[in-house]
Amino acid sequence: MRKYDKLIFELSKPGRKAYRLPKLDVEEVKLDELIPSEYINEEELELPEVSEVDIIRHYTNLANKNYGVDTGFYPLGSCTMKYNPKINEDMAGLDGFRNIHPLQPEDTVQGALRLMYELDQALCEISGMDKMTLQPAAGAHGELTGLALIKAYHEHRGDTKRTKIIVPDSAHGTNPASAKVAGFDIIEIKSTEEGLVDIESLKAALSDEIAGLMLTNPNTLGLFEREIVEIAELVHDAGGLLYYDGANANAILGKVRPGDMGFDVVHFNLHKTFSTPHGGGGPGAGPVGVKKILLDYLPTPTVEKDGDRYYLNYDIPHSVGRMKDFYGHFSILVRAYTYILTMGKDGLNRVSDIAVLNANYLASKLKEHYNLAEDTIYKHEFVMAGLKGDLSEVTTLDVAKRLLDYGYHPPTIYFPLIVQEALMTEPTESESKETLDEFADILIKIAEEAKNKPELLKDAPRNTSLRRLDEAKAARNPILKYEG
Amino acid sequence: MYPYIPNTPEDEKQMLEAIGVDSIDELFKDIPESVRLNRELNLHPSMSELEVSRYLTKLSQMNKSVNQLTCFLGAGAYDHYIPAVVGHITSISEFYTSYTPYQAEISQGTLQYIFEYQTLICNLTGMDVSNASLYDGGTAIAEAAYMAANVTRRNQIIISKTVNPQYRQILHTYAHLQGLEIIEIDEEGGVTNLEELKKQISDKTAAVIVQNPNFFGIIEDLKATEEIVHSQKKTLFIASMNPISLGILKKPADLGVDIVVGEGQPLGVPLQFGGPYLGFIATKKQFMRKLPGRIVGQTEDLDGKRGFVLTLQAREQHIRREKATSNICSNQGINTLAAVVYLVTLGKKGLREVATQAAQKAHYAFKQITKSGKFKPLFDKPFFMEFAVTSHVSPEEINNKLLGENILGGYDLGKDYPQYKNGILYAVTEKRTKEEIDKLSSVLEGII
Repeated sequence: MRKYDKLIFELSKPGRKAYRLPKLDVEEVKLDELIPSEYINEEELELPEVSEVDIIRHYTNLANKNYGVDTGFYPLGSCTMKYNPKINEDMAGLDGFRNIHPLQPEDTVQGALRLMYELDQALCEISGMDKMTLQPAAGAHGELTGLALIKAYHEHRGDTKRTKIIVPDSAHGTNPASAKVAGFDIIEIKSTEEGLVDIESLKAALSDEIAGLMLTNPNTLGLFEREIVEIAELVHDAGGLLYYDGANANAILGKVRPGDMGFDVVHFNLHKTFSTPHGGGGPGAGPVGVKKILLDYLPTPTVEKDGDRYYLNYDIPHSVGRMKDFYGHFSILVRAYTYILTMGKDGLNRVSDIAVLNANYLASKLKEHYNLAEDTIYKHEFVMAGLKGDLSEVTTLDVAKRLLDYGYHPPTIYFPLIVQEALMTEPTESESKETLDEFADILIKIAEEAKNKPELLKDAPRNTSLRRLDEAKAARNPILKYEG
Repeated sequence: MYPYIPNTPEDEKQMLEAIGVDSIDELFKDIPESVRLNRELNLHPSMSELEVSRYLTKLSQMNKSVNQLTCFLGAGAYDHYIPAVVGHITSISEFYTSYTPYQAEISQGTLQYIFEYQTLICNLTGMDVSNASLYDGGTAIAEAAYMAANVTRRNQIIISKTVNPQYRQILHTYAHLQGLEIIEIDEEGGVTNLEELKKQISDKTAAVIVQNPNFFGIIEDLKATEEIVHSQKKTLFIASMNPISLGILKKPADLGVDIVVGEGQPLGVPLQFGGPYLGFIATKKQFMRKLPGRIVGQTEDLDGKRGFVLTLQAREQHIRREKATSNICSNQGINTLAAVVYLVTLGKKGLREVATQAAQKAHYAFKQITKSGKFKPLFDKPFFMEFAVTSHVSPEEINNKLLGENILGGYDLGKDYPQYKNGILYAVTEKRTKEEIDKLSSVLEGII
C-alpha cells in the first residue's frame, strides 16, 4: 500500500462523518442570542467530511510510508535515535498523569510534582549541576533558556559590556541561532585539524566582552574535548560562563559530568539521551541545569519540597521570567523518568559503554572504505568524510539515498559543516553487533557500487514509495496547503 | 543484561578485538583523569518493568485526574472530548518513533500529515500560510512578536492585558532578550481598552497583540481593534485564537489579522499537566519567508509523482545559523498529528457542533450560577465558553468546598488581576453534562 497517494481532503464526501456527540442536554438558545451575530461565521467550515474508517485507513497508509526506530536502524548523528521503551508510553498514559489540569490545586497533583522533583534531582546528579528547570520544550529552547540565564547573570552584576558568545565552527546550528535570538553577537572560532577547539583561537577571542562559550562535549565529530579543563579556566578567567549543549550526553553517563568539567549551565535533550520518542519532529524536552551562581535567575516556577509536600516556587529573586506555558513538557518528563528508573545507575553507565563501543566498532569496520582518521577514539558517534578514493561523481547524498534502497535510515549528512561530504553516524547502544555488521556490509557494498555501478547511487532510491524529490521546485514555487 | 541493550559479553569481546583495544575503559581514556566521575552515580540501581510500573502508578494515584473530578477549570488548557481514533493514530510507531523528516523519501507519512495540518490551520483561520507548529500558545505569541519586529524593523510591541497572563510573562522574557519594548494596554470591563490603544499606538509600534476569546472568555471586538491597529501603516495585527472558537466565530483573516497564533491543545491533546501541547502560527503570503520553524511544501519526485518536503529552509538555523529567522529546529510532531486527526474526525459539522455545545452549556452554567444573585457576573460582555463571576467568598474557600464534592473549580482571577479579587473564571466544554452543571451551581449556592 506504499503506492497510496491521497490527501485526506480528497476522500471527503458531503454527508460523511466520523464523530458523534451526545445530544445537547441543556435548553438550546439561538446562537445569535448568545453571541452577537456580527461575530459569528455564517459560512460552512472548510474541513473534510470523512468516516472513521477512512481516517484509520488513510493514516495507517501514511504510516507505512514512514520509517521509525521501530522499523529499523536509524544512525542519525547527534540525534541519538535509540529505542523508545514501551513502558515509557504506558506510564505517560496513566490516568493520573495524562488527565490532570496544570492549574489544579497543588494538593491534587502531589504525585506529578514529586515526579518532577525527583527527575530534577536525578538530572542534577547525572550532570553535576545544582538545580534544573524542567520548562524548556526542546534542545534549542534549552539553549535559549540557558543563554537568558547567562545574560541575566552578567546584567545583574552590572557587567553590561558582555554581548558576545563564542561558538566553535563545529557546533550545532542551533547554538549560534539561539545566541542570536538571545540578543548576543556570535564569535565563531575555528577548530584544529583534528576537530577540537583550537586553544589559541579561543584565547584570541576572549575579552571582557565575552558573555560565555557554548560547547558540545563530546563534540559533533564524536571527539572528546581533551583540553576541557584549560578551556573552562580560560573562559572563567575572562569572566565568561560555560554553556554545555547536552545533545551528545549519551556518551558520558556515569563517566564524566558537565558540572565537574566546569560548565555553569547545561541542557539535556530528553528525546535523545533519555529515550523519549522523537515523534516525527517533536515534542521533546530540554531541561536546563545550573550551578549555584545562576540559581537566582532560573525561570519561574521551579518545583520544590517542604517536608513531605511538593510545591511550585514562584519566588525567585532575579528570575528571567517565564520561558513557556505551565511547567514544561510534563508527559515527556514522565517518560524520561521512567527510563532513568528502569536503567538506574548501573544501566545508564552501561548505556554509554555500549554507545561508545558500538560507534568505535562501526568506525573500525568502515575506515578502509570511507574517509576516517586513523587511530582515533570516538565517543558515541563518528563522522566520515565521504567515500575513499577519487569519486568526484558520487556524493554523500547519493550514498544516503542508496542506503534507503537497502532499508536503512542514513546517517546525518553534510554536518558538521567543517567536514567535506560528512556522514555523521551514531549507532547508539540499542543496536546489536549483527545490525552493525549488516549495516557496515551494506555501506561497503555501496562503496563498491560507487566504483563499479555509480548509476545505482545516482538513481537511488528506487525501492521507496517515491523517488528523489525536487526540493528546488518546492522552494521556488511554494505550495504550502491543499487548494483542491 | 538490559532489555534495551542487545550486545552480549561475547559480542563485546569480539567488538573490542576488532577495534584493537582490551577494554571498554580504554575507549574513555581521552577523558582527563581530573574530571572523571570515578564513582557510581548516586541513583537507584536498575529496576524491572514491574517495579517501575508499580512505583510510577503509585505516584500517578497521588494525583486526582479530571476523570475523578468534574473539570470546570480552563484558563488556557481545556478538558475537551478526544475521539478514540486520535490516540490510536498517534500511537502508530512509524509516526512517533521517527525523527524530523529530513530524508523525504522515507518520511512521506510525516510530511504529508504536516501538509494536511498546514492546510487545516489555513482553512480554519483563513490565512494563506501556516508553519508546521510551535511549542505552545505562549511561545507562539513571542515568536510572532519577534517576527513582527523583524518584518517592520521596529521594536515596540503592544499587548492587551486581556491576553493570558502566562503568555504575557513569556513575551516579557523573550522581549528582554532582544531589547523589544512591551507596552501593556489596560482592560476595561473585561475587554481591551481601545481608547488607550489609540493613545499608545504610534509609528514605532511593530505589532498589537490581542487574544480572542480573551483570557476572561469574552469575545473582543477585533474589527474595531483592527481599524486602530492599521491606522498605523506598517503595524501588524496579531491575534491569539482559541481554535475551537473558530467553529463558530469569524475567521481572523476576515477581520484583518496579519498573524494568527494560538494554543492547539483543545484539538485532541490531553491536559497532561500542561504539556506538551502545540502552538500554531499562520500569516499572509507576503510574510511567508519570515515565519519561524518548519514548513512543508508540495513538490514532485523524478517520475512526476506528488510528494512533500521540508521547504523554505533558507530561513532555518541548520542552513543559516545565526542569520536564521528563529532558533527553533523542531515542531510538535506527534501533537500536530493529534490536531490533524481531531480536526478531520470532527470535520465540517463536528467542530461547529463542539463549539456550539460548549457555548450553549457555558451560557446555561452562567445563568444557573448567577440566577440567585449570590454570584454576580464580573462582566457584561458576550462570551464563548468561559465566564467570570464574583462573590464575597474567596476563590480558595469556594474551590476547596467544590473539591470536597469532586468538582475542579474555576481559576482565581485575583492572582493576576488584583482588581478582580474574588473573581472566578469558569470553563464549560461540550464534555460537561447538564447534571454536572446543575451540581456545580447547587454546590456553589450552598457555599454562600
